[in-house]
Amino acid sequence: MPSPTRASASADGAAASGPGVARRLGRQRGAMLGVSILGALVLLAVGAPMWSPRDPIRTAAREALQPPGPGHLLGTDQFGRDVASRVVYGARISLTVGLVSVSIAVLLGAPLGLVSGFYGGRLDACVMRVMDVLLAFPGILLALAIVSVLTPGLTNVMIAVGLAAVPAYARLMRATALSAREYLYVEAARALGGRDPFILARYILPNVIAPLIVTATLGLGTAILSAAALSFLGLGSQPPAPEWGRMLSEGRDYLREAWWISTFPGLAIMLMVLAMNLLGDGLRDVLDPRLKT
Amino acid sequence: MLIWVVRRILAVIPVLIGVTLAVFSMLFLVPGDPVKMMLAEFVTTPEQVARMRAQLHLDEPLLVQYGRFVANALRGDLGTSIRTRRPVVTEIGENIGSTAGLALCGMLVAVAVGIPLGLLAALLRNSWLDVGSMVVALLGVSMPSFWLGLLLIFAFSLHLGWFPATGGGDLAHLVLPSVTLGAIASAIIARLTRSSMLEVLGQDYVRTARAKGLAWWGVVVRHALKNALIPIITIFGLQFGNLLAGAVIVETVFSRPGLGRLIVGGILAKDFPLVQGSVLFVATGYVLINVLVDIAYAFTDPRIRFG
Repeated sequence: MPSPTRASASADGAAASGPGVARRLGRQRGAMLGVSILGALVLLAVGAPMWSPRDPIRTAAREALQPPGPGHLLGTDQFGRDVASRVVYGARISLTVGLVSVSIAVLLGAPLGLVSGFYGGRLDACVMRVMDVLLAFPGILLALAIVSVLTPGLTNVMIAVGLAAVPAYARLMRATALSAREYLYVEAARALGGRDPFILARYILPNVIAPLIVTATLGLGTAILSAAALSFLGLGSQPPAPEWGRMLSEGRDYLREAWWISTFPGLAIMLMVLAMNLLGDGLRDVLDPRLKT
Repeated sequence: MLIWVVRRILAVIPVLIGVTLAVFSMLFLVPGDPVKMMLAEFVTTPEQVARMRAQLHLDEPLLVQYGRFVANALRGDLGTSIRTRRPVVTEIGENIGSTAGLALCGMLVAVAVGIPLGLLAALLRNSWLDVGSMVVALLGVSMPSFWLGLLLIFAFSLHLGWFPATGGGDLAHLVLPSVTLGAIASAIIARLTRSSMLEVLGQDYVRTARAKGLAWWGVVVRHALKNALIPIITIFGLQFGNLLAGAVIVETVFSRPGLGRLIVGGILAKDFPLVQGSVLFVATGYVLINVLVDIAYAFTDPRIRFG
């Protein structure tokens, strides 16, 4: 654990240097566990064609509902598809969904909050009222409403989950920009004739990067959970795609005779989200202890 | 205090107007013709499409349509479901009880597990109990509720046969869904209770109370816990919203009737009036609950009203 003085020193001013962050992160056991799990899952996803023993969507009626064993490491589902291969390929879908959704949220929410907090006034009031309205839809409800408009499907789920997370980033960036613009060096830059875009990029942005990285890492886990939930409800990926949430929902009817169909995808989702949370918590302690609750 | 409460209530109005605007515009954000999309699964004649368009007042100017939407909603008319041809309000009325019961029981589980867990973790800081309960809380935050639900069904219904796996009705049907719903929220409440309690335990007045020679438990309950609970109240509003939204998933896992299943069914059947009405209802309820929580918060913490 980093000492409080050292940790808070890094939170002030510009973002800490890369190697310093890596070194301090390396001392956090939780974060390292997260990095290891995440690394393994990324390897699994990237090399899916190499690791997965079979074609994830090839059905074989005669091999249906086989328990885990030497032939099929994690068993087979009701269509005889190899659960291990589907879980491995599912890592690709989940990682993509998480990255795309969080990118949408960050790319829309961060500039909106940054500009809103920096300029203040009517623009700020306007943007924040819109965000208040979006936040009035609790949890997954906003994503549900967006999917209902865009029609179900994996691409639309990524858009919906991303859009639903925009207010969180806009608010975070606004609050950080609001305090950063009061710093003396920002005033000095302005006195020296620095233009707004320059001040934003050179002096405000470095201040907001640390909380943004922390929130986005934790947000990856939330996005993966939400997307899997939407797929579980039948609103996301469509069959026969090996998506973890969908696999869980398909395995639901076979819980009594084939527990493995829904157990392994569930475990995979939990491991991935856990890894993101561990890494996010660790990054927060290193980069921005003020966010700690 | 009264002025503060009135101001807080008035602040909700623009948000609610925004919510109605957002829900109203859902129909117009649909790519293509919403009426054709809604009727895609039926064989229809052009007359039927035209009648449906007239029924939904889609041929009127947008502003008139919005005005009608809000006026109707205020009168308690949220339109008619396309699938069942029954008023959306009736559909909501039949399902709200089940969802409210589930959310309340979920909250009960969350509080009953979360607060003692966080309290023990804070009091026995760095002990195995602290580390263990925080590991459980971290796992809880990372666990998909639909998976937890399936695991509970597998263990307590299919294997042990203690509780029914699916359906609604009596209390026995409520146990597994409530535990599923409450478990995730309890993890969040436990983490918050722990950090809030640790902060309060370091305060001067706690040390003074101990120095006076008061019993340790008395200090914990009367001085520390009372103050540590304040930030936890705010999370209630937020968590209640999450529980309402979480009910969408839990109801599907346990095939329980409720608002969540109503909305998901509506989306799958492209029943827009039903989706719009239920989403508007849940969002409005959530906003109002948050106002109540804010007012309760102000009552417990004078710094809010006078700050």
